[in-house]
Amino acid sequence: MDLKRIGVLGAGNIGIGVVTDLVLHGLSAVVVDVSDELLQCAQAKVLNNVRTAPLLSKSLPRVTRDDAMQRMVWTTRLEDVASCDFIVENVTEDWALKQAVYRQLDRIAPPEVCFGVNTSCISITRIAGVTTRPANVVGVHFMNPVHLMPTVEVIRGYHTSDRTLDALLALLAALKKEGVVVEDLPGFVSNRISHLFMNEAAFVLQDGVTTPANIDQIFKKCFGHKMGPLETADLIGLDTVVRSLDVLYESFQDPKYRCCPLLRKLVHAGHLGRKTGKGFHVYPEG
Amino acid sequence: MTATETQTVQAGDQVRATIRQFITSAISLPNLDDEADLFASGIVNSLFAVQLMTFIEKTFAIEVGMDDLDMENFKSVNATAAFVMRKDGRRGG
Repeated sequence: MDLKRIGVLGAGNIGIGVVTDLVLHGLSAVVVDVSDELLQCAQAKVLNNVRTAPLLSKSLPRVTRDDAMQRMVWTTRLEDVASCDFIVENVTEDWALKQAVYRQLDRIAPPEVCFGVNTSCISITRIAGVTTRPANVVGVHFMNPVHLMPTVEVIRGYHTSDRTLDALLALLAALKKEGVVVEDLPGFVSNRISHLFMNEAAFVLQDGVTTPANIDQIFKKCFGHKMGPLETADLIGLDTVVRSLDVLYESFQDPKYRCCPLLRKLVHAGHLGRKTGKGFHVYPEG
Repeated sequence: MTATETQTVQAGDQVRATIRQFITSAISLPNLDDEADLFASGIVNSLFAVQLMTFIEKTFAIEVGMDDLDMENFKSVNATAAFVMRKDGRRGG
């Protein structure tokens, strides 16, 4: 399967990262989101990511702005992905939204095209069930920042075929990434565990045990993690973390996934982490 | 020291103070050694380099080119200040 032109649905944090990675590795992206304003903002972020990528990783190439622009199409029309070889969907973690997108996408994309569901928690099998091609649906959980992370969690849905899995692994290989394949249960491996860390770190802060800086320092300096749980939550986006916790809570009906009130309060206050300049930490405008 | 040399030293001090202030406001660390390697020491993660780079481009009206994309240029307060002064000197000269 020749994968050259990739449809990317959703130009949020992860969508921007996926497009950055495609462009850096010489692939073309057709990027779809709901408004021109949102797309313009995302395009600026992708161009900045592409520009700064060699600073953060010596293995990433220097791609000029003109070359990057030639590899991207930005559109609000879902129909424009009809010519794509593979679709990576990064729509908001909301079942109603996702399933509506998949029903429409299923009508637009040629039947042989595979869909990579980029989700942190929602069941791949459930999403596959709203399409007429459940064997062509596979989970792909990119980590943030996408272009700097070498490994991706890949989720085999109940009906996912070997052909679909191979297509996704080939795409990841083109991005110089490795996929770790796991089975389909909400939260898979990474988020089922990491969200407990992030949520409990928020409870620790809420209980006044110590400061956000200290919580993160303990994870970095004692456990050797690259980032602490609160920094990680800020990077993902606190709204996304809350949505994922809610999905885990609903899916397992287990109170260990109840969202920390402080975490939800920050979201209500509009402090969503890095993307808004403030979350558990403050990020001065660069 | 000539008047020009004095002016250069003063400008360098000012650039260093501005960069130090930006970094310390981001990491809540009031006593930061200007030579401390921000990334090797784990004071910040590598993503901070992009924030720092964007800050100096805006603040000092310089453009970081493709050949400048090297962590060595942003690894400490002193390294970043020296980079800004070099870029500024090139523009002026």
